[in-house]
Amino acid sequence: MNGTASSIRFEDVTLGYDRHPAVHHLTGTIAPGSLTAVVGPNGAGKSTLLKGIAGALAPLDGRIETSARVAWLPQAADVDRSFPISVYDLVAMGLWRRHGLFGGFGRKDRTAIADAIAAVGLTGFEDRAIGTLSGGQMQRALFARLLLQDASIILLDEPLTAIDAKTASDLLAIVRRWHAEERTVVAVLHDLDLVRSTFPETLLIAREAVAWGATLDVLTAENLLKARRMAEAQDPHAVACARAA
Amino acid sequence: MIHEWLIAPFADFGFMRRALVGVVALSLGAGPVGVFLMLRRMSLAGDAMAHAILPGAAVGYLVAGLSLPWMTVGGLVAGIAVALLSGAVARATVLKEDASIAAFYLLSLSAGVTLVSLKGSNVDLLHVLFGSVLALDDPTLHLMAGTAVASMIALALLYRPLVMECVDPGYLRSVSGSGTVVHLAFLALVVVNLVAGFHALGTLLAVGLMMLPAIAARFWTENIGGMIGWATGFGLLSGLGGILLSFHAGLPTGPTIILCAGGVYLVSILFGARNGLLLRALPRRHLQA
Repeated sequence: MNGTASSIRFEDVTLGYDRHPAVHHLTGTIAPGSLTAVVGPNGAGKSTLLKGIAGALAPLDGRIETSARVAWLPQAADVDRSFPISVYDLVAMGLWRRHGLFGGFGRKDRTAIADAIAAVGLTGFEDRAIGTLSGGQMQRALFARLLLQDASIILLDEPLTAIDAKTASDLLAIVRRWHAEERTVVAVLHDLDLVRSTFPETLLIAREAVAWGATLDVLTAENLLKARRMAEAQDPHAVACARAA
Repeated sequence: MIHEWLIAPFADFGFMRRALVGVVALSLGAGPVGVFLMLRRMSLAGDAMAHAILPGAAVGYLVAGLSLPWMTVGGLVAGIAVALLSGAVARATVLKEDASIAAFYLLSLSAGVTLVSLKGSNVDLLHVLFGSVLALDDPTLHLMAGTAVASMIALALLYRPLVMECVDPGYLRSVSGSGTVVHLAFLALVVVNLVAGFHALGTLLAVGLMMLPAIAARFWTENIGGMIGWATGFGLLSGLGGILLSFHAGLPTGPTIILCAGGVYLVSILFGARNGLLLRALPRRHLQA
């Protein structure tokens, strides 16, 4: 499973809802094979940014270029937990691109699914209905599905929120494995100590990019304060942005 | 005794055999579709769409009287139009899909009844609303059987993306653009099955053999394939039981079939092997792990 490294390029990107920008005039590049944390206060546009990269939200202005296939784990994945489907079948969905509507699963695929389930530590849970999983187990299952998607760009939106330490460290091991395979990984996180210890690159965002680069240069007291001060609320009387597009 | 009760009615009367073929076709076609409607929390949407068929069938009736092709085409057009329109309104406005479906089906139901009364007698109105399972002619049976076969094939083809769209619509959107197509194809399946059912059970009860067996099946298994099997079986059982019961007791056939399905549902609530109430009430000690 060797990913071909690929970059994400932002050209003066503004993303938002109803003309109000949530991410404002972002320009820059996430390097191929890099491991980037996106941090910032609530409402800073972090999830919106990932949505934009994943192609689920069209930019109001500017362009986002991704040079490879993107796999995206949204913050609250809208999985219907009451649907009667097994962990195995949920994870197997990761092979959708390979098998599409009708393709059957061969022995190789079954091995891949079993490996993915083992990699997230859910062996033995294959036949459990997803409704019976705990929050952490569900997140493990979704990571297994991500593994099978085999994408070169992987977007994780607060993957470790409400997750215990053991699960978090298991899932982080998978993130490191992706990094070692030279996939481009972008993760929204709130735990700054974790970001410092694990993520070489950081984008600090508060609607606009506050700082972007090597984690230790970005996460300074001064930058963090600046991010916190940026207005959170939409201004209902805002006029059209005059900044050159 | 058994012969007299179970076999003789079918051996002696052609209309009974036709009714049986009709409900078998309905169970095979509509049962599996009902399972997906239920799992998608669209049980009431199925009901609403059944009513939405009425004005189309009524226009067909105005043009050509109680004519199979006209009422079928009219019903299809109206059903699909309401499904698409309510979906479009839900996407374009602040209304959720259930609200817009409710609005459209009330409109349809009142428009349909008005249209039928413009020309017809109350007997015709009753026929349209409650069907005539004991008066199915050859073309109608062909239509119902054809619909059942087509529906089963279509569902088999749609199965994988449909399950994905139910479990995790966001994921399907992120890996494939087929979500909308799958959703529309599924709605079309619902309408087609309801139109086939409406000839036998009428617009008000057509949805009965679709939803009640599917809802009852939820009490017997935790996997989708199993649910489809149970739902189809329950549909067949209710159809057979309803026809026989109505024959022996002199009850109206369509409603009796649906009552039987309702009986299956009530029994399932109580005795269901998965989530039945009785099972829950059994004094069983919790497990070790």
